[in-house]
Order: sequence, then C-alpha cells, then structure tokens
Amino acid sequence: MNRKAFLAMLARDAHVARRNFVPLLLQTFLQPLMFVFIFGRVMVGSGYMPPEYKSLLLPGIMALSMVGAGIWSVAMPLIGEFQFTHEIEDRLLAPMEISWVAIEKVVAGMLQALAAGLTVIPAGWLLLRPGVELSLQTPLTFVGVALLVALFSASGGLVLGCSVGQAHVGLMFSLVVAPMIFFGCTYYPWSALKNFPILQNAVLLNPLVYASEGLRGTLVPRFPHLSLLAVLAGLVLFDVLLLAAGLRQFHRKAVD
Amino acid sequence: MVGIRTRNLRKIYNSSPPFAAGAGGFVSQTLGHKRRKQPKPEIVALDGLSLDISPGEIFGLLGPNGAGKSTTVGILTTRVQPTSGKAWIGEYDVWKEQVAVKRLIGVVAQRPNLDFSLTALEILVFHGAYFGLGAEERTQRAEALLERFKLRDRADQMVRGFSGGMMQRLSIARAMMHDPQVLFLDEPSAGLDPQTRLLLWEIIREYNHSGKTILLTTHNMEEADVLCQRLAIIDHGRIIALGTPRDLKASVPGGFLLRLRFGHHSPDLLQRFQSLAGVREVRATNHNGADLYADRGGSLVPEIANLASVAGVELCDVHISEPSLENLFLHHTGRSLRE
Repeated sequence: MNRKAFLAMLARDAHVARRNFVPLLLQTFLQPLMFVFIFGRVMVGSGYMPPEYKSLLLPGIMALSMVGAGIWSVAMPLIGEFQFTHEIEDRLLAPMEISWVAIEKVVAGMLQALAAGLTVIPAGWLLLRPGVELSLQTPLTFVGVALLVALFSASGGLVLGCSVGQAHVGLMFSLVVAPMIFFGCTYYPWSALKNFPILQNAVLLNPLVYASEGLRGTLVPRFPHLSLLAVLAGLVLFDVLLLAAGLRQFHRKAVD
Repeated sequence: MVGIRTRNLRKIYNSSPPFAAGAGGFVSQTLGHKRRKQPKPEIVALDGLSLDISPGEIFGLLGPNGAGKSTTVGILTTRVQPTSGKAWIGEYDVWKEQVAVKRLIGVVAQRPNLDFSLTALEILVFHGAYFGLGAEERTQRAEALLERFKLRDRADQMVRGFSGGMMQRLSIARAMMHDPQVLFLDEPSAGLDPQTRLLLWEIIREYNHSGKTILLTTHNMEEADVLCQRLAIIDHGRIIALGTPRDLKASVPGGFLLRLRFGHHSPDLLQRFQSLAGVREVRATNHNGADLYADRGGSLVPEIANLASVAGVELCDVHISEPSLENLFLHHTGRSLRE
C-alpha cells in the first residue's frame, strides 16, 4: 500500500466528481426524489396510501440512493476506463499494488454512496413533511449499517464494472439493477411479503433487502423489519463476497 | 543506471491478445474434443525470448506487426503475465516485485491511454502525485514538459479533443514526468508527422544522455537505424538477429539485394547466377522470382539480363536495394517487414 499514491487517486476521483457535479447530482437524486414525491406526497395526499407510509418509505429510498450511487460511481467509470482506450493504465502503472487501485475505486464509491444517502434524509424530509417521523435510537448501529451498505454497493459496482462491456450497460441495468431495486424491499417492508412465501425467501438473496431493512430498523424501528443481527450478518456476507469477487475480476481485467 | 534482462520468456494467449500485443505464431490446438464450439485457438506471442539490455542503452525491438514486441513490453512493464520465463528491471523481478519495478519505469503504450476526464496539465500533475512528487515540483515539471513537447497552449484543455499526434506527445511527456530510470516506448513515432518525429528523436537521445535506459519498439527501419545503439529483430516471438544496426546490416551476405522476377521458373538459370562475380547467395522465391544477395547492385543487372536472354527466360522485374535492415529481415524470414 502506497499512501501517497492512494490519496492522489482519491483526489483525482474527487476532482473529476467536482467537475461533473451537476450531472452527478441529477443522476443521483432525480429518480429517488421523484419516487419520494409520487409515492410519499401524491399517493399519500390523495388517500391511496396511509400517512405512516411516508416514514416507511424514506429509509427505503435512502437505501436505493446509496446503492444506486455506489454502483453507478464505480461501475460506469470502470466500464469506460477498461474499454479500448484503457484510460486506467496510468493508475495501474502507479507504484502501488493493483488491488489497492481497485480498493481506491471502492472507497471513492463508498464516499459517494454515503453522501447520496445522507443527503436523501433532509431532502426527502423537506419534500414529505409534515408526517415523517424518524427516531434514531441507536446511532452507532445506523452508522455501521450505512457503512456496510456503502461498501456492498461500491463493491457491487466493482464487480459489474469489471464484468460488463460498454455494449451491455443497458442490459446490466435491466437484468441486474432494476430487479434488485424492485425486489429490494425499498417501497415495502420485507414482512409485507408474508403472503408470498417463495418470494419472501428468494429476495433474501438480494443485498438491497438488508440495506432497506437495516436502515428501516435503525431510522424507523416502530415498523416491522428484519432483526438487526440478521441485517448486519447479511450485509457483512455480501460485502465480503462482492469485494472478493470484484478484486478478482479487477485483476483479470487489469492483467493480460 | 538500470538494465533489463529476460530469460526464456514465453507468452501464450488463449484468446485474442490485446490490441497492442499483436499475435505471433498461430498454433491451433483442439482443446475440448467433445465441444461443439470452435476449438479455442492458442496464440504463441513469445517463444522463449532472452534479452540483455545494458544500463544506459537505447535498445530497439524491430519486427513486423504481431512479432511479439508489444507483448515483450507488456511483460516488462507488469501489464502482461508471462506464461513462463523471467524478467528483471535492474535487480527486481518484474512479476514478483511489481511496485519496485513500477517506480523505475515510464511507459508509453502503442495506443494513447490518457485519462480522458482530465486536462493535459492535470494528467501530468496527477501522474506526478501518484509517484509521490510534491505539489510544487510536479507543477514545475508538468509545465516544463508541456513546453518541451510544444503543448503549452493546450495545457488547460481536455484531451478528448486532441489529435492523435498531440495525444502521443502528451503520453510521452507523462511517461517522463516521474523521471524514470527506464523508458519504454511502444511504437513511439506511429502517427507523428515528420517534424514531430524528429523532435521526439531529439528528446529520446537527450533523455538517454542523462543516463536513462530506453527500450523502444518499431517497425520503422529508419527509426531503428538512427536511434538505437543495439537492436533485436524479432519475428514470431523469437529473436532472429541481434547487434548494432551497423553490424546487423553488415551481416547480410553482400549487403545488396536484387529482387528479380521472370516470365517462368528456371532452376538452371538460378544456378548460373551463382557463378556471377560478387553474388553471394541466390534464393528462389514465389511467383517465378529470385532474391540475389550480392556485393554490388546495378552493375550486376546487364549480366543477369544477358544470362536470362541466353536461357530464353524473360526478365520481367528488377528491384535493387542497398544494405538495410529490411534486407536483413528478408534474409532471415523470407518476408518483408511491411508484410
């Protein structure tokens, strides 16, 4: 590990993110905030949903934004940089082990995911108030869950970024990201699936479920949610699996 | 000063080699007999390459596309894993001590691989930062290099809009940014106009004078001839000749090459050419042709025409080339470098 090179790469990513600030902002927040507005404001305001739904929805949207930002911010640049132009080469040739180049990408992705998640809370609260009641009873657990969610989303981005070619980006979103979002317990709690037992068990393979349930369990614990122990175990498991797979894919892609 | 060593490097690709690392000899093998799919072709890009490049030398790898030049550079710069064999930069094993090796080397790839999210100046400055240069030092160096490579007025532009030649110049400037002991240049003058090529040659020589080792690949014989102190000519992943450009050219029998083409094939006639004064070697080639290696060029033509006319064979074409690396390559492989 070469601290100077690692920090310089983080600075490079921050610089590029700053340069693309407005598109990045739109891409991260537009969709989640539209969901918040339609589901939380319009549907609740018109009586199709009970008022408590606002509080139930916000942690799910936070999970969705974090996972979206983490995956997107790691996968999309990597897909480009590993293409024909091989832009990533100057970082692969920096005096640092190749795995650390991948880890730097993950850390940069985690920071973006955390920024996205933490911004959704005040933004969603502003859009939905009154009626959103968050009760942060275990702040440390919340921080732990948020970090683990950021890590799995950025590691997932690493796996996808090193496995998908530029021609298949659209497919990646329709086949991987979209099902993950719809079956990720973002708009409904996991317990709401009790009438669909097969589905209820199957979605446990979706890491976003643990993210949504974990944030729900720490931000609005009065709603039914998976036990925090199960959430933490699930998130740690997916973090380890995705990070290991991502590092392996990165090596395969980086070295001929 | 740092030298380069390789021992018995082999590289076999199981799928298409990357763009820059051209394919060498094609060896098709059936791997899965029961599969209905096409068998995976194995491509031998390097076939036991051993090299010793002295510290402070400008060394050239000359060969046609797909000879294994880029694969060699890829292995020496940690970017390609050899199938077998070893390589060292200075005392460091390239594959086992990658970080130490990466500190010593600067690399210019065959295709421009600049960071498209940055401006020209930022590319150099961030590169300096990856190598631990201080803020002031990296800015100063970056500005000096932009000046040297005539990119000063483009410093704050995104490189996406740069021409191929400008990207190439910036790639070379970037590789020099951290003042590496060994500089690898893979086809450095491809796509450059003649004026910039001369500038590049001057910069390479100057860099070499400061004690740096330079390995460059090229299929341009002039470049190899004027720039390199020693050359290895490679084909199908093997070294077929090695030495100074002067020694290599002198090693071609006679030096002159006369490429002849006749109306029809006549082994007797070729036999008679052997007895002409100054002719060292006669080789039959395809399409009723013959290659004559000789000590003299034009003065042989009337005698050849005379012998052909006596034998009743029409002489259709004559091409004379003076001693050159091209002739050397032809002599060893029977093919032109450009083929």
